Amino acid sequence: MSSIADPIAGSPVAEAKAEAKAKAVAASPAITLPAAGERELRLDLFRGLALWLIFIDHLPTNLLTWLTIRNYGFSDATEIFIFISGYTAAFVYGRAMLEAGFLIATARILRRVWQIYVAHVFLFTIFLAEISYVATSFENPLYTEEMGIMDFLKQPDVTIVQALLLRFRPVNMDVLPLYIVLMLFLPLILWLMKWKPDVTLGLSVVLYAVTWQFDLYLSAYPNGFWAFNPFAWQLLFVFGAWCALGGARRMSRILSSNITMWICIAYLVAAFFVTLTWYVPQLGHIVPKVIEQWMYPINKTDLDVLRFAHFLALAALTVRFLPKDWPGLKSPWLRPLILCGQHSLEIFCLGVFLAFAGHFVLAEVSGGAVLHALISVAGILIMCGMAWIISWYKHSADKGASKKGAGGNADLAGGEA
Amino acid sequence: MKSAWTMLGLTLLAASLAAAPARAGDTAEPPPPCEVPAYLLSTENALPKVTEAVKANRPLSVLVVGSRSSTILGNEPSAYPAKLQAALKEALPSATVDLSVELQGKSTAEDTAGTLVKLVEAKKPTLVIWQTGTVDAMRAIDPDDFRAAIHDGLAALRNAGTDVVLVNLQYSPRTETMISAPPYLDNMKVVATQLEVPLFDRFAIMKQWSDAGYFDLFSTSHGVDLAKKVHACLGRALAKFVIDAAHLGPVQQN
Repeated sequence: MSSIADPIAGSPVAEAKAEAKAKAVAASPAITLPAAGERELRLDLFRGLALWLIFIDHLPTNLLTWLTIRNYGFSDATEIFIFISGYTAAFVYGRAMLEAGFLIATARILRRVWQIYVAHVFLFTIFLAEISYVATSFENPLYTEEMGIMDFLKQPDVTIVQALLLRFRPVNMDVLPLYIVLMLFLPLILWLMKWKPDVTLGLSVVLYAVTWQFDLYLSAYPNGFWAFNPFAWQLLFVFGAWCALGGARRMSRILSSNITMWICIAYLVAAFFVTLTWYVPQLGHIVPKVIEQWMYPINKTDLDVLRFAHFLALAALTVRFLPKDWPGLKSPWLRPLILCGQHSLEIFCLGVFLAFAGHFVLAEVSGGAVLHALISVAGILIMCGMAWIISWYKHSADKGASKKGAGGNADLAGGEA
Repeated sequence: MKSAWTMLGLTLLAASLAAAPARAGDTAEPPPPCEVPAYLLSTENALPKVTEAVKANRPLSVLVVGSRSSTILGNEPSAYPAKLQAALKEALPSATVDLSVELQGKSTAEDTAGTLVKLVEAKKPTLVIWQTGTVDAMRAIDPDDFRAAIHDGLAALRNAGTDVVLVNLQYSPRTETMISAPPYLDNMKVVATQLEVPLFDRFAIMKQWSDAGYFDLFSTSHGVDLAKKVHACLGRALAKFVIDAAHLGPVQQN
């Protein structure tokens, strides 16, 4: 979205745009950007979907939880979110780098990082308020041990500083710090991509392998580690960037082959059955013990290869069966999802906040399945409403204030990166 | 109620669940029966030493090693270890059941694993009930290290010649936004499968009770009543689990 992302058009840069673009493309034939044209609605759609699913997964298990993809395979909404973030970030800032140079693109990326950081700190404040309340009102002898987790409230000085350093991250607040770190490295990634995209992707794979081999991680406070290891998850982000900068086009032959399709289907079906055994232990025997021992645990922290492969299979099938010009993308039914996807930072933060609020309501009001499901649905409606308001601000309320043309490049890639 | 829906979904997926009780929230009034679905109380992994001891009429000596959730402060006789002992005695009237509890309040799995062999040498139990994971989850110990610690502890107990039952975390909905239990639950399951150790899934069982409306685990009550009731049910369920794993006949089971 242009208010947060990048006013590329309308700046002096825009005038020199065509010329610069021609030059840049000539100078670096290594990457190609998709032609500026219609907005890629599929990205918005799936990012919106990922935001909904992340919200539902953050709530206590309920009826809607059974609709989230993590129940039917290895990967979950986080993979979709990080991949699309990599894709759109590369699209928006890659263009900026080609047109306005490394320095300008880096400056814009850093501004974006700052915005995400501020959003994270804002969420932390809300979290702190919530658990301070829980800590003072809750003293159930059954949970004497678990309540020890509140001990950090005894040292707010240390805790808050650690939170500002991104080292103290409560449960459910792990995605934004990961995103911040990945975005910090985006200038480097794009700079390398401009030089040789395939080598960049290769380096990313090497870093991933080294992470697994030597167990690299970032430590957290008071102890432990980052729940999403950036050294491993960068692979998905860089892969997204690589696809955005021409990789997807070069892969199109592989993607449209029938062999790929059947491999993907076979893998997804196998993953589905394995997942089924988690929920229906009686079916445990369908997975041979040898495979079980090799496969488990499926590590989310370090983006297990099985998860990555599961995401690839899903993505490949999606690209194949959901064409870019599918008329359904313009249907009013999908509009709410797409709107949410177009304002992902705001909606993501709202989702985390609503999840906290949902936990709170469920804890205060003892309700059954109906209340659980109601809270999930209400949360999603609030997210849609907010997305609609934000886009109204952008298209109507802010129109006079900003002189940006509607054709700002940031818009085309699926809004903010 | 929620469990009814969950069950419904599962039943559709696997006809094998047809027998599972899909009860609605109308069970709120009568005293908590704390029923547990059969699949949560059955295990493929055996407890040969326990079987042997009971069949040979030797005393059954049980050692519970755990953190603070293995007790209720000031109400030890109401905590699950004591209830387990009572239920075992009831189910195995001819057997002598000794039980001792070793609490290691702030120990991670790694800390405890190091002490297990000494404990076994001192107390010579037939069966060790090892409750762990909570401290590790609260301190966000690296799950790989946690898994290694559980593995080492279980292997050491095996070598020392005792049977083991592993007990995982409590279901604690109020602290769900602060303590991330899943990695620890998963790793305990993995190691238990690997080493063929029976795992008493305390988390799933308590969650089941909460979903079914037997207990309001969200409750902010400061009273000790809820804790006592939950522990009584846990003790009984654990006794059933042990008897089932030791194949001590369906006669005693119910």
